[in-house]
Amino acid sequence: MSIWLQLIIALVAIAAGGWVFRFVGQKVTKDAPLYRDMPFGVAFGYVLGAALLVWLVSVYYVARTGEPAVANKYFFLRVAIEGFIGFAIIAYYFRLAGIYIGSEGSKKLFRSMPLTASFGIVTIIFYAFLAIFAGQISSLTIIVLAALGVPLCIYARVNFRADAAKSIVGVVSVTLIVFIVMYFVGPLAPYGQEEILGAANVVPGGDPAIGGNPDYPLGTDQIGRDILSRLIYGAQNTVGIAFATTVLAFLIGATLGFLAATIGGWLDQVISRAVDVLMAIPSLIFALLLMTIASVWAPELGIPLTYFMVLIIAVIDSTRVFRLARAVGLNIVVMDYIEAAKLRGEGMGYLIFREILPNATAPLLAEFGLRFCFVFLTIASLSFLGVGIQPPLADWGTMVKDLAQFINFAAFAPPVAAAPLLAAGAIALLTVAVNFVVDWMLHKSSGLKE
Amino acid sequence: MSESELLLKVRDLQIEGRSDEIWNPIINGASFDLKKGEVMGLIGESGAGKSTMGLAAMGYTRDGCRISGGTVEFDGIDLVNAPAAVKRSLLGKRIAYVAQSAAASFNPAHRLIDQHTEAPVQHKVSSKSDSEADGIELYRKLRLPNPDEIGFRYPHQVSGGQLQRAMTAMAMACRPDLIIFDEPTTALDVTTQIEVLASIREIVEEFDTAAIYITHDLAVVAQMADKIKVMLKGDEVEEAETREMLSTPKEDYTKSLWAVRSFQRPQKPAVHTSATPVISVQNVTAAYGKVSVLHDVSFDLHEGRTVAVVGESGSGKSTTARCITGLLPPKQGHIEYDGEILPLDYRKRSKTQLRQAQMIYQMADTALNPRKTIGELIGRPVQFYMGLTGKQKRRRVDQLLEEIELEPDTYYSRLPSELSGGQKQRIGIARALAAEPKFIICDEVTSALDQLVAEGILKLLAKLQDELGLTYMFITHDLATVKSIADEVVVMKDGRVVEQGPKHDMFKPPHHAYTDLLLSSVPEMDPDWLTNLLNERGVDNIGDAAVGKM
Amino acid sequence: MASILRIIAQRLALGLLTLFVVSIVIFTAVNLLPGDFAQAILGQGATPEAIEAIRNDLGLNDPPLTRYMQWLGGAIQGDLGNSFAQANFASFAGTDTGSGLASVASQVAPRFENTMFLAGVTAMIAVPIAVTLGVLAALYRNSIFDRAANVMTLSSISSPEFFMAYVLILFLAVLNPILPSLSNIYEGMDFSERLTKTLLPALTLTLVVTAHMMRMTRAAIINLLASPYIEMARLKGISPMRVIVKHALPNALAPIINVIALNLAYLITGVVVVEVVFVYPGIGQLFVDSVKIRDIPVVQACCLIFAAAYILLNLMADILSIISNPRLRHPK
Repeated sequence: MSIWLQLIIALVAIAAGGWVFRFVGQKVTKDAPLYRDMPFGVAFGYVLGAALLVWLVSVYYVARTGEPAVANKYFFLRVAIEGFIGFAIIAYYFRLAGIYIGSEGSKKLFRSMPLTASFGIVTIIFYAFLAIFAGQISSLTIIVLAALGVPLCIYARVNFRADAAKSIVGVVSVTLIVFIVMYFVGPLAPYGQEEILGAANVVPGGDPAIGGNPDYPLGTDQIGRDILSRLIYGAQNTVGIAFATTVLAFLIGATLGFLAATIGGWLDQVISRAVDVLMAIPSLIFALLLMTIASVWAPELGIPLTYFMVLIIAVIDSTRVFRLARAVGLNIVVMDYIEAAKLRGEGMGYLIFREILPNATAPLLAEFGLRFCFVFLTIASLSFLGVGIQPPLADWGTMVKDLAQFINFAAFAPPVAAAPLLAAGAIALLTVAVNFVVDWMLHKSSGLKE
Repeated sequence: MSESELLLKVRDLQIEGRSDEIWNPIINGASFDLKKGEVMGLIGESGAGKSTMGLAAMGYTRDGCRISGGTVEFDGIDLVNAPAAVKRSLLGKRIAYVAQSAAASFNPAHRLIDQHTEAPVQHKVSSKSDSEADGIELYRKLRLPNPDEIGFRYPHQVSGGQLQRAMTAMAMACRPDLIIFDEPTTALDVTTQIEVLASIREIVEEFDTAAIYITHDLAVVAQMADKIKVMLKGDEVEEAETREMLSTPKEDYTKSLWAVRSFQRPQKPAVHTSATPVISVQNVTAAYGKVSVLHDVSFDLHEGRTVAVVGESGSGKSTTARCITGLLPPKQGHIEYDGEILPLDYRKRSKTQLRQAQMIYQMADTALNPRKTIGELIGRPVQFYMGLTGKQKRRRVDQLLEEIELEPDTYYSRLPSELSGGQKQRIGIARALAAEPKFIICDEVTSALDQLVAEGILKLLAKLQDELGLTYMFITHDLATVKSIADEVVVMKDGRVVEQGPKHDMFKPPHHAYTDLLLSSVPEMDPDWLTNLLNERGVDNIGDAAVGKM
Repeated sequence: MASILRIIAQRLALGLLTLFVVSIVIFTAVNLLPGDFAQAILGQGATPEAIEAIRNDLGLNDPPLTRYMQWLGGAIQGDLGNSFAQANFASFAGTDTGSGLASVASQVAPRFENTMFLAGVTAMIAVPIAVTLGVLAALYRNSIFDRAANVMTLSSISSPEFFMAYVLILFLAVLNPILPSLSNIYEGMDFSERLTKTLLPALTLTLVVTAHMMRMTRAAIINLLASPYIEMARLKGISPMRVIVKHALPNALAPIINVIALNLAYLITGVVVVEVVFVYPGIGQLFVDSVKIRDIPVVQACCLIFAAAYILLNLMADILSIISNPRLRHPK
């Protein structure tokens, strides 16, 4: 009960503070419009915000200086605050770098970028880096990349505007250099994802006093695989599979959507009604149902269940893509320039690929980001529920499920409890990052219309 | 002018608007005075800052705008720095506003009369029942049909012209000293516009209300205002009494605005009746699904001629164009090209047949693919129809750009978004020319453009016609355009051809009653035009016109 | 008035039709299973007699159409068939397979009630908070509050439910033992205890749903405040409060109701993961457990219930927004 009492007292104090704040503001500034016309709610809001800030700062200092019991209690809050500030600084410097390095176009882009989007882009790059270089890359990869990159550069120099060609050459060469460096640096994960080490059930945190081992900072699982390595490989598996699924969903959904929009008639009717029915079943529920069926099929056909999962989620998600692609397509189809092209006598292929598609890329790209998040979360949820990505592949959702019980160690050994949160946080961080970037893109494209 | 008569005093008003986190100026210092009972016309092209200034005269700025300098004094009260409560006590009560789109500015959730009485009741000017009775009285004064009953309808149940009058009544509810009219007739058809103009003028005179009348239409403002202020891109150009301004404008910009209306092509000799028309529309009847929109429409277009198809919205002008191009195959009748019957559906027409008839659209924004460069846009028909590629194609595109008076090297690799409205429309013309057609349909090509720009487009089209012997079908609702460019006129109403003939015959009486109404409703630059017209028609006649429309 | 009734009747019929088609989809999907249910249930070591017995019990020897009609007919009357899991257990126990069958309905019913309770508590907390915050964010858009709210809601939407759940467990159950982290609810529990145990899962769902609902409310209100009639009301000198209550709210009702119903529909998917984290004995957990042991009738039944609830809520959103639209309420 005392907690509620404290809360009420705090609120009353803040309310009083709000009134004083406004009153003092009016007196000091001699009725400047800002204070004169300020509603009480706004004053209350300012003081509430200030109070929260003061509380966070004080907690942070308590956590840093207090005795172990107190420090443990506020460990996670401290980490959260430090993490928040750390990310903000990284995002700030990334944007700063972007403003000074790169082509004119990219510099302009960075100048108008909010910190959240900058944070999102850094994070996405970091995940991509982890995913690609989790294991040792082969020399073949580098050869293939070079074989693709060099002709692309030559093509760009001949066909594109000078500045566009320059940035393509820049991107290709940076990518190649990174790959070559990483080839020699070696894998990021200290051990293989399926490698079974000597010690099983090592507690996370690396503190020998409670059963940890500094060689395995995050401990080992029940059959002795290094959790840190599996976390890093998780980026490759979880992100890679989600990405592939999203691409598949887009291939199915966008193709059907544009066909329905341009051809119309019964084709549109049939697909749209089918999509309506599929969308009437909540997607996670439908995925679980189909996964049940697939789990019976998989051993019969000898195809890993993960492939089924990719297909199932891609089909379910393609319905959403279809809706969007169709709507975007319909908006474009009614444009006069499409009518002009039709009256010119252009064929269906020209209409779709040269007239409609170039105008649909912006909304589709934003949708790709959102879909990726959705697919990624669905896969993580399925894995968490135990029917998603199958062992022995390392995967974050499964890891959260397996490590969940360590959370009860939080009060006396915070680093131990951090392990499951790290896996869950890894999922959250990426989706948050993608969403920030998408939000910025949507904001930008809607702002351009005004 | 004595101080006591002065109602509104605006001095060096500056307004800024925010885009991309930067404040950009919208109005750079405007000053004017308004006496009690005086009507000031505020005119300018789009982007001149007229509406922003009208709202600022009420001490109000839209979101993302701010008054950055200067003063607005209403009856001695400083509106820029007044507390919100003081401003609120003036708005609606002593200063009222009539918005451009009445349909959007009435709250769809409440009856008209409830919205009418809101201001008087909230400002404690009168009781709800008194104000309701007064509202009905005002509706009657404004000649709304069924004044006793119309207020009890919801906004979506009332037509646009009537809503606009109901909104004027609402502005009058507290008998304000000042009303801001923000383009109140722009969205209306000409015949409706005249009723609204007449009723606004009458009621403003009756209650001796001062007003600021914002519009882009010179002829309209000439009817309404005692004095006129001209704006250009946020700057004031000049200000004078209406008659003085019309007869002797001082600034070049004002003179050029006035001159727009004087562009007129020389009359062409009459067509030989025996000549085969380029396009012949013969007894065309068409429908969208079951709703029939065209009834037995026939007319001819002769080589080198411009035929203007005139009518109000919904008269079937654009549908006729869709029938000719084959987008909407007619139910009956057919289209002849050079004496040869065209397939009804465009998909069945040959490439040559498609090439011969080209189209220029009203909205250049939607007519040009925003992702293609100018070179690609014009180059495509060149390649598609003429089979030119590489250097030859480039040369032809350059040639076309020169014809539409745009510098090829500057514009070749630009995107449509990097061009102004008039330039985009020129690209639309070049794309049509690229097919080397005989016949071009111009669908309201100038109605989305400012008057000066529109005139440039008309002159260009006239020049091209003389050079290339093109035949134009000009779809428009603007009779000023018809006067300046047409050789022959076809008047349409409700999907039928009401009257057709050479232009000089059409603009001379006697003609069909509808043509008469249409023609006489086009405002002229004479300040006495509306008064004369109303006398001519007699007051009751206006009401008849309204009924006739419904 | 007649036309609005007709529109509603149309929507209702469409909803029923969708539900019917969805039931076909679910049934067909399940019947795509290869080989034999019975074989799958009993495993490789089962005797042919046992398999045949189960086949007869489950009616697997009937043609698909008959089975579908029986299933649908049963489902309408509340009879969802028998659980495989019980049959499995019974056959291993060596008892007569027939008597060991437990009806799906008896398994689903109490858990369904628990889930409704959880969803109800969530809605009670989430709806008022979300609508208030959404309206505030719209009124003070682009302020610090709005920007902070934007970042926070976006983060909350992006995070998986189980991340939110564990963070809440960490702070509210482990570090500060305020609420229990396990929701072991049983019948006959008194209300306050039940509520306390439901609170943590409900808070988790609240975080996710509130974020969605708040963003959608904000967008709807901003859209509305930009309409010319709101500007007109301001220019009539109406007080800000009255502008909101008289002019914005009647028109905001339709979009807000829509937002709420859509998010309640979203809750349905959300409960599955959250129930598993907190071991909350609801229908979501039953569903996941049945999926793991491939208890097809239960999976089928849960799926149908989820879909029905989802369709119903969407239908409700649709109908309520039709009713609250003045243009439709007062036709020309």
